[in-house]
Amino acid sequence: MPRRKGAPEVNAGSMADIAFLLLIFFLVTTTIETDAGLDRMLPPMEPPEEDVVIKQKNIFTVNINKNGQLLVEDELMDLKNLRKAAMDFLENGADGSCNYCKGRKDESSSDNPTKAIISLKNDRETKYSTYITVQNELVGAYNDLRNRESQKSFGRDFTDMEAEYLNPETPSNVRDDLKDKVKQIQDKFPQKLSEAETTSN
Amino acid sequence: MRNFRNNKSKLPAISTASLPDIVFMLLFFFMTVTTIKDNTLLVDNNLPNATEVKKLEKKDRIIEIFVGKPAPELASVLGSEPKIQLDDRLASVTEVSTYVLSELAKKPESIRNYVTVSLKVDKEVKVGVVSDIKEELRKVNLLKVNYTTYEGDAFRNMQ
Repeated sequence: MPRRKGAPEVNAGSMADIAFLLLIFFLVTTTIETDAGLDRMLPPMEPPEEDVVIKQKNIFTVNINKNGQLLVEDELMDLKNLRKAAMDFLENGADGSCNYCKGRKDESSSDNPTKAIISLKNDRETKYSTYITVQNELVGAYNDLRNRESQKSFGRDFTDMEAEYLNPETPSNVRDDLKDKVKQIQDKFPQKLSEAETTSN
Repeated sequence: MRNFRNNKSKLPAISTASLPDIVFMLLFFFMTVTTIKDNTLLVDNNLPNATEVKKLEKKDRIIEIFVGKPAPELASVLGSEPKIQLDDRLASVTEVSTYVLSELAKKPESIRNYVTVSLKVDKEVKVGVVSDIKEELRKVNLLKVNYTTYEGDAFRNMQ
């Protein structure tokens, strides 16, 4: 074939092969990060100035022993029932000032969700997986209650709103709007989860 | 070719000119969504499952601490007691606070208040080690922690 004019076309047939090679390299060497987890705030080192007196009935004690058994409010409990028990405690509302609570208003349980505290204590020998499961259930109890209130007020889940609020890609006008809503729900059921020092026996 | 299946017209060859484009698109997709695993794990790191998780959004605001039994190939040297891995080396509990502070110093000042410590702890580890680490973190006033987990049914942890 006689050449007419201009440079000959570069053969791009092997381009796909090169690209495939790179693609396979990246597929093999990279892993999608699994970075999600339970967020917790640790208590600051300095103790608060004045001693706060908390009524015993406003504290929900959860003890985990080294065999992974749970002692909730001095009774042995199965892990599967923990979420329900924690929810019952949180929304008990004994003093009647909580109009969104659906609890039994039991005099011997918590006064108000804003006063209710969950206290978690575990043994040094407890397995980490048990510890995480318990934490998960307690956070789940809060989330379930918050979701319920959120559904009632705004027609969507609290966890969903919070995730959108915390996502840095959310536009700021949407975020400002969500901030109020998130705050409102958080005030109804503030997360008061305290962890005692671990014991070694 | 001309008398292929004795048809009236010849079949044109399928153009593969756009194949590189498609492959490049895939390539760029994978390049952007994945991150290269930056540290080699010296410890077993089988994280527990949890359902109520929050995503750790920004990678630059995270300090990672790994805890677990030494990896099988190191177990003969290091034994089977849980070890703490900071960056690329194994360390003791007392070194945690210095490490965390040095990592914190590397971050730009504007984001230092938002730094979260991600605790990547193996399922089999006892809570004692974890609470020692938390105690160290409290001493240096880094209070935001994240117990990094996989997303999944929490009750599967118990098996």
